[in-house]
Amino acid sequence: MPEQDQNLLLEIKGLRTYFHLAEGVVHAVDGVDLKMHRKETLGIVGESGCGKSISAYSMLRLVPPPGKIEAGEILFYKTPKDGSTNQAEIVNLTKLDPNGSEIRNIRGNYISMVFQEPMTAMSPVRTVGQQIMEAIILHQKVSKEEARKQTIEMLRRVRMSNPERVIDDYPFQLSGGMRQRAVIAMALCCRPSLLIADEPTTALDVTTEAQILNLMRDLQDEFGMAIMYITHNLGVIAEMADNVAVMYMGRVVEQADVSTIFYNPLHPYTQGLHQSIPQLKDALSRKEHKRLDVIKGMVPDPYSRLKGCPFHPRCPKFIAGVCDEVEPRMVEPEPGHTVKCHLYG
Amino acid sequence: MVNYILLRLLRMIPQMLIISVLAFVIIQLPPGDFLTERINRLKATGLTVDNAEVERLTKMYGLDQPMAAQYIKWITNIITKGDFGYSWTFARDVNEIIGSRMGMTFFISFLAFVVCWSFAIPVGILVAVKQYSVIDYFFTFLGFIGLATPGFLLALVLMYVSFEYFGLKVGGLFSQEMILAPWSWAKFVDFLKHIWLPVIILAIGGTANLIRTLRATMLDELRKQYVTVARAKGLSEFKVLMLYPVRIAINPIVSTFGWLLVWFFSGGTVVEIVLNLDTAGPMLWRALMTQDMYTAGAYIVIVGFLTAIGSLISDLLLAAIDPRVRFGGLEA
Ligand SMILES: Nc1ncnc2c1ncn2[C@@H]1O[C@H](COP(=O)(O)OP(=O)(O)OP(=O)(O)O)[C@@H](O)[C@H]1O
Ligand SMILES: [Mg+2]
Repeated sequence: MPEQDQNLLLEIKGLRTYFHLAEGVVHAVDGVDLKMHRKETLGIVGESGCGKSISAYSMLRLVPPPGKIEAGEILFYKTPKDGSTNQAEIVNLTKLDPNGSEIRNIRGNYISMVFQEPMTAMSPVRTVGQQIMEAIILHQKVSKEEARKQTIEMLRRVRMSNPERVIDDYPFQLSGGMRQRAVIAMALCCRPSLLIADEPTTALDVTTEAQILNLMRDLQDEFGMAIMYITHNLGVIAEMADNVAVMYMGRVVEQADVSTIFYNPLHPYTQGLHQSIPQLKDALSRKEHKRLDVIKGMVPDPYSRLKGCPFHPRCPKFIAGVCDEVEPRMVEPEPGHTVKCHLYG
Repeated sequence: MVNYILLRLLRMIPQMLIISVLAFVIIQLPPGDFLTERINRLKATGLTVDNAEVERLTKMYGLDQPMAAQYIKWITNIITKGDFGYSWTFARDVNEIIGSRMGMTFFISFLAFVVCWSFAIPVGILVAVKQYSVIDYFFTFLGFIGLATPGFLLALVLMYVSFEYFGLKVGGLFSQEMILAPWSWAKFVDFLKHIWLPVIILAIGGTANLIRTLRATMLDELRKQYVTVARAKGLSEFKVLMLYPVRIAINPIVSTFGWLLVWFFSGGTVVEIVLNLDTAGPMLWRALMTQDMYTAGAYIVIVGFLTAIGSLISDLLLAAIDPRVRFGGLEA
């Protein structure tokens, strides 16, 4: 299928990122498989600590020590920005030197990230403008004046009020919502082909959150970029995502388009996940109100590594002798819908 | 910003007055004064003392008046005429003996400060970035030795080593034949040959201290989210470090700039005595031993003044590099 290949943007195969600590090895990312296409929004959901952020950090090669990518490939389909050709160059990000010029040319330029804690994403001693402009100057090789013009323009795009003033303000002079807009402007200023948004709205109130989500969708259409949206809020996923990847203990256990994930989830974990969200269940299935089902048990501690499927101690459909023995492979029961579970093959 | 500077300058005036009062009280604290001590000494050697002369000197310096009156006379002379009084020990005006020695001490302190910053800042950054590496352990080890070794001991050891193994006589500020010579290129070179030792000895403690401070603040800053964000923009690692964590980790270094200078200034006394330098520290020591109150008073007031100036410069520098201080300062 050559046409599909044309649209492929990112392919992660068997990614493993471990932290070797004195207490043991944390298998933060333990076999992530993902596919993303151009201009698509991929939602990534999963419980806290399941490795969402570390997967994103791995893509930008920003995993903090002692974390290390142990195995796997992250293939990025890089089409030159000058539009000289549509032919994508396939870059395996895991093979790059994390301080080298190649990955630095991708960071902020082709792949940008909005981080989980926007409040601390900017240095307090440099102006908003300085912190945005430096990326423009670096990647677009333009003069300071031109970078300043582009920065003001970008601040206006993210609906910052009074961008001519804000550009010379310090981050501590801005409100939370304004700061978040500034951080988004910073990530978008070089028009990346992929934006990773790691829970970009957790620190905001609901109204501001809705504004930011709308803003991101508008800018996505305008710039034609793909968004990887990381969250544990299924409501936001339902609103934002085209496709969804569900993560559990460092791996992607199910990936499908958003309505399949909500109406026809295959993995018992995904099924449990959205039964445990009250508003969403009401909103999407409109069935009568039942008692909230919470997935029983806790996420096992990060040092231990279970034999077989990592979900088996909490799984309601647990098959003794299979699930606790053999690690399930990724299967594709219907086109575009992948799942890692013994129930499906 | 202008308001902030004016505010800081105004605050210096009461500061200086308090320092001068304290200085005066401190030098008056030991029982007796220079005059009675000298009379006693003369009497002990069997010489007769001219009572009229004693009377004249007592009147002249107001030694028969209460302390407050003496203070006012003293401080008025300093403020209006820049006259620090008369040194009995050196039998000359204080201004005459203190100027060049203060200058020399200041020069040595300044060099020590330059050595300290230019070594401590890059090393402090390096050991933080390479935490738990061989470099880190090496400088940490060296730093503890530097902190724990008293300056005078180091002075003695270095003097011994350079004399015993290199035949260099490093005491003093000049070679014997150069002391009285007028300033010339040769004298300057000779001076440099002597001055490196006190400069290095003075700088070591402060440098070790600064490296530890910078390492700690850098490690704090390196963990912050904004550093990762800066890396995610594609900046080179050097730029990331310089523009982000260093910009903030440098704050405590800048804000202690004034103290550091004064610390070198006054902390070098023992080293200067050991090395037989003709600078302000040993002069203060002699003045205190002989109850030469005006010399000692002048020293304390000048050091106090330098401290105030130093902390003013620190505050201004800090305000210049950290907007949070600048904006906070305006509101205060
Ligand atoms: N610097 C680190 N050192 C050691 N372990 C780490 C480090 N960073 C993350 N981990 C571990 O890696 C695992 C995955 O962390 P990650 O931050 O990716 O979770 P997450 O899915 O983003 O969770 P959240 O929703 O809370 O942000 C966790 O078990 C965490 O303890
Ligand atoms: Mg996270």
